[in-house]
Amino acid sequence: MAESILELKNLCKYFGGVVAVDHLNITVEQGKIISIIGPNGAGKTTIFNLITGFVRPSSGKIFYDGKEINGLKPYVIAKMQIARTFQNVQIFPQMTVLENVMVGRHVRSRSGFIFSTLFPPVFRTEEKKIREDAMQFLDIVGISHFAKNTAGSLPLGNQRQLEIARALAVEPKLILLDEPASGLNTRETLNMGKLIEKIKKMKITVVLVEHDMELVMDISDKVNVVNFGRCIASGNPIEIQSDPDVIAAYLGG
Amino acid sequence: MVAMGFNMIYNSTGIINLAQGEFVVLGGLMMVSLTMGADISIPVAFVITVLFVTVVGILMERFTINPVKPPTVMRLIIITVAVSILLKGSAMCFWGKESHYMRHFSGTEPYEIMGATILPQTLWIFGVLIIIVAGFIFFFNFTMTGKSMRACSINRDAARLAGINDRKMVMLSFALSAGIGAIAGIIVTPIIQMDYGRGALLGIKGFGAAVVGGLGNSIGAVAAGLLVGILEALGGGYISSHYMDAFALLILLIVLFIRPSGIFGSREASRLKEF
Amino acid sequence: MGHRDYIGLIIMVVVVALIPRLIENDYYIGILVFTALNCLTCMGLCLLMGYAGQISLGHSAFFGLGAYATGILTVTLGWSPWAAMGAGACLAALVAVVVGVPSLRLKGHYLAMATLGFGAIVHIVFVAAVNLTGGPNGIAGIPHLHLFSFELSTDKSFFYFSWAAVILGLFFALNLIHSRVGRGLRAIHGSQDAAGSLGVNTARYKIQIFILSAVYASVAGSLYANFVNYIDPGPFDVMHSVLLVTMVAVGGMHNIWGALIGAVLLSILPEFLSALSDYFGGVGISYNPDYDMLIYGGILLAIMLFLPGGLFDGFRNLLRLSFNTMDNIKKRVFS
Repeated sequence: MAESILELKNLCKYFGGVVAVDHLNITVEQGKIISIIGPNGAGKTTIFNLITGFVRPSSGKIFYDGKEINGLKPYVIAKMQIARTFQNVQIFPQMTVLENVMVGRHVRSRSGFIFSTLFPPVFRTEEKKIREDAMQFLDIVGISHFAKNTAGSLPLGNQRQLEIARALAVEPKLILLDEPASGLNTRETLNMGKLIEKIKKMKITVVLVEHDMELVMDISDKVNVVNFGRCIASGNPIEIQSDPDVIAAYLGG
Repeated sequence: MVAMGFNMIYNSTGIINLAQGEFVVLGGLMMVSLTMGADISIPVAFVITVLFVTVVGILMERFTINPVKPPTVMRLIIITVAVSILLKGSAMCFWGKESHYMRHFSGTEPYEIMGATILPQTLWIFGVLIIIVAGFIFFFNFTMTGKSMRACSINRDAARLAGINDRKMVMLSFALSAGIGAIAGIIVTPIIQMDYGRGALLGIKGFGAAVVGGLGNSIGAVAAGLLVGILEALGGGYISSHYMDAFALLILLIVLFIRPSGIFGSREASRLKEF
Repeated sequence: MGHRDYIGLIIMVVVVALIPRLIENDYYIGILVFTALNCLTCMGLCLLMGYAGQISLGHSAFFGLGAYATGILTVTLGWSPWAAMGAGACLAALVAVVVGVPSLRLKGHYLAMATLGFGAIVHIVFVAAVNLTGGPNGIAGIPHLHLFSFELSTDKSFFYFSWAAVILGLFFALNLIHSRVGRGLRAIHGSQDAAGSLGVNTARYKIQIFILSAVYASVAGSLYANFVNYIDPGPFDVMHSVLLVTMVAVGGMHNIWGALIGAVLLSILPEFLSALSDYFGGVGISYNPDYDMLIYGGILLAIMLFLPGGLFDGFRNLLRLSFNTMDNIKKRVFS
């Protein structure tokens, strides 16, 4: 069995009286595409927020590569090579497309406050490298012709691609994609699927939260169905599609 | 009362109106002109002043808040700051830089109650406060408009879907908070003598009370206002009167740092509200 | 740093070198010194507001801290002005940490109010701590700065010195902006969550930029004390903090050149207005310095409503528009 790169054990999160995540257990195998699906409000984005440190668990543990990571701050998580995208695209609208991805190279570069203040860019070879590397990731995703455009001026589909390019620039081992196909048309969704498979080929583990069932069933190696914060079914796409609990959850049975 | 004003606007729009203090100043100064200068009777002047300041509040909302798209936080804060400067500048031009004295509502002989000397004006202040609070409780809980405003503050989109005109509610909240600010200014001027520059300090302290009481919670605001006032006076008496203002501000800062949801607010509520 | 930035810097050096040749009047030179000090403070504030996206309504407190540090240390303890300036900067940095760490966790309006409260408290302390600060009477007899063996006692010499400081500060700021750190700051402004998820330590960056902006203001304050040789709590109140924000916002807070423009324009505006009123005197419109507040408020409001990117943005759009128009005309004519 392949190594599990991410493990959620008995994870719980309460917001006041609301149980968002309820004793959740999920295992993510390295190098695969794992999907998390479920009705709206089932707690899926909360799971991402828990993993990436935006929210602290009420109880339970999260293991990454064998190490406990619950409660760590987001920037620390990023340094451990976990990257994510956001459900409502969080690009940096005022910066150019290239600059957005350059921020993604933050964990791969070092210049600090003092150094940056005292020495003009001319003397900083690191800057050049960051720029070149960022360009590469734009190429991988396929939007390098937009490099000089202002990020906020891009249509949604390209913005989602940009967010992924930026996340890839972190050179993550694990990437969390939060509804990347949301708001995309059929053609764009197909391209998104191809991009995700490309990411898998780059040996990056993908955890995907999605509503588009075709996309999910098409590319996932394993599907976890979550409802009311609990994992109610887990298996390969074919098993999931015929699982009675799953059908009940979606149809509200 | 200033705190209640902050709460109203915050509840309906999520913004803090930094010009709130100036409404108080305007109320006080206008009242002075009417009663001392034009020699109009107190009740009549009261009504005129409150109406006037309320109109100013509505104008502010219509012209400076409503048209702003995109309503980024930074932009709105600076706009309210700009309005407060304008109001302050106008006050200075009209009323000059001196403090203005207004006669007390009903006489200046202090009463002796339980060993403490209390000016009759103070009783007026409390009386008005109780009336206002009672009025607001009634308004927000028993009238359609009041309930609509509360609906807006809890979930603006849902309220719109229910047919409530949210723009009108916002305008109303500005009007009410301007009015309440004016009333605060009016009843307190006989004791502290109003001048054009008091707005900022009054505003900050009012905001402090609002935060301490839990931003958005009006009962808490009133309680907190009283609490802060007492603490300030105590501090002034025991420590040093120069630092009195600083003391109240320090309380505000400490509360902001340690428990931004205030004493009565809920932690989740303060985080969920968008800043 | 872009080509334009280098060109801008060179132009500044040239202009600064030329001005004292053209303007003989010491009073106006003095105004320009104050302008330089405002520029210095506003640059720091711009880094905080426009790039990191954090608002500070209490920045004149840091300006005052620098001034009073210089005043107290040189007059009461006999320190050298340079040492006092350094101490002032350290003090400002320390205060920035103490105030900043809890404040910068707050967002938006809470932060605005916290900084406002902070500024007000510091001003009250300046007025009330009579034994330390001389209270409302302030401190007199602050010595001049010495550059090597040269005493900076004339308006003209200080003019060169203060503007040199501005250019140096600008150089550092531009370096920072066009660096990895500067990008991180702009990322925080764009989306704090996304920046965090990409490895930017948002809390630490915000504090560091707050400290930097506090140091800029404190140095400006020390220079102020060394220039006028006398300070009182007057210029360090909440109104001044608001004025600083006005300068940055009007000029264009998202660009450091914008902040400079705003600082320069609003610093010389009062003089300009009173000159205008002399001109209009015959027509019956008189200018009262009290109208200043109204005018500042009005300008700020107008800019925020109609031109939120500030004058810098407006100017840039205007240029773009004219180039586009010229292009269109060329196409029409030559096709």
